[in-house]
Amino acid sequence: MASRRTVVPFGPQHPVLPEPIHLDLVIEDEKVIEAIPSIGYVHRGLEKLVETKDYKNYVYIAERICGICSFIHSLGYCQGIENIMDIEVPERAHYLRTIWSEYSRMHSHLLWMGLFADAMGFENLFMNCWRVREQVLDVMEETTGGRVIQGSCKVGGVRKDISAAKLKEISAGLDKTKAEVEEINHVFFDDSTVIHRTRGIGYLSKDDAYKFGAVGPTGRGCGVAIDARETGYAVYPELDFKPVVETAGDCYSRCMVRAKEVIQSADLIQQAIEKIPDGDIEVKVKGNPDGEYFSRVEQPRGECIHYLKGNGKRFLVRERVRTPTLTNIPPLVKMLAGCEMADVPVIVLTIDPCIGCAER
Amino acid sequence: MGKITFTMAKRILKSLASGPATLRYPHEPAKRYDASRGHIEIKIEDCIFCGLCSKNCPADAIEVSKDDRTWEIDRFRCIICNSCVEACPKDCLSTSNVYLEPVFSGPLKDKTIGTEPEPETKEE
Repeated sequence: MASRRTVVPFGPQHPVLPEPIHLDLVIEDEKVIEAIPSIGYVHRGLEKLVETKDYKNYVYIAERICGICSFIHSLGYCQGIENIMDIEVPERAHYLRTIWSEYSRMHSHLLWMGLFADAMGFENLFMNCWRVREQVLDVMEETTGGRVIQGSCKVGGVRKDISAAKLKEISAGLDKTKAEVEEINHVFFDDSTVIHRTRGIGYLSKDDAYKFGAVGPTGRGCGVAIDARETGYAVYPELDFKPVVETAGDCYSRCMVRAKEVIQSADLIQQAIEKIPDGDIEVKVKGNPDGEYFSRVEQPRGECIHYLKGNGKRFLVRERVRTPTLTNIPPLVKMLAGCEMADVPVIVLTIDPCIGCAER
Repeated sequence: MGKITFTMAKRILKSLASGPATLRYPHEPAKRYDASRGHIEIKIEDCIFCGLCSKNCPADAIEVSKDDRTWEIDRFRCIICNSCVEACPKDCLSTSNVYLEPVFSGPLKDKTIGTEPEPETKEE
């Protein structure tokens, strides 16, 4: 008998989806044969604004591309302008940028871990993740003035400095946070509920991950050791850093990569605090950018590229952002083919979709 | 499994002893720090109505009129980025760390009218 196929629309509004992505799931009984994605529900036209806003003020808009990796977006943008204009950013500013970048990663991963636990129906773990995340956000608000939109990065340096006493306090606080994250990680790694829902599900081979352009934890969970932090921006070359790589390629290993990266980020912040030099935090910027640059930064979700082009005027000619979610959609489609209908929310979440970021 | 049950049990006991991690807002005031960006405030007596804040606003939330001596901010448009505070040559703008109360409907525009300048003082 010929099999009967049904198309089930999934999203953009769905109780388990944190982001408005739409998937047409072609299913046969309970098995997904194919997933057809479509995006375009939250386009805001932020790239176009670059033509009407002063390049120094556009950093506020660049930061608002995403509500989670906001700081890293502003860092990517500022880094691009600084390279076009040959601005030498003070060393201390680089260190502070690294500290805040890693805090962003911690809060993003903890948020994701909570959402992931929630998608599996493990609400207790969800709340525990977000309780720990609050400690990270408190440090962000105390040092920059904003919980998720920090606004502390500017062209030529950073806006706020952190005092030596505060840095010490942060470092000590991270020990406490790390202990609590370890406790949560324990549950993610060993709990039978988590293992049942994630191990062997949403498999993507290393070759496919590379071929379809998986970035960030999605790629690293399949054994592809790609991390833009290795390109040597900010002060990563001076820190002891090696990307976290897992080889299993399933939902479980992608979860492990993120869980381990939270601890790694805390370590990187502590290393940066130990090495941070005294000095200025910004340089005065004169003139307008003339030229183009591809700025690469590693966001919690993967590699993000800011392309900037200026023509010597106050307003840039073009800004183009390639966000990690967009590149992670083809691997997602590959992962979804052949899975069970009930596993779709879990698999979609493992790429950590941020559609607001992807559509800008 | 035994180990995990123990981990979670320890957490449950800790949570029982420490009470909820959340605040009972609005009965308890929300957490805020010195650096928190709550809302923009103006000391209108120092304002020279130069309009630099308005020009530097990435959200076009500020309107300044030199002729009417008024300074107006649209609280719904303002993204509290601090750009105007940095641009102000007279340091009459500041960011308060108090978040504004929620409202049911907009627009929420705050118009501040400056006092008439005293001609003699100006000439000096």
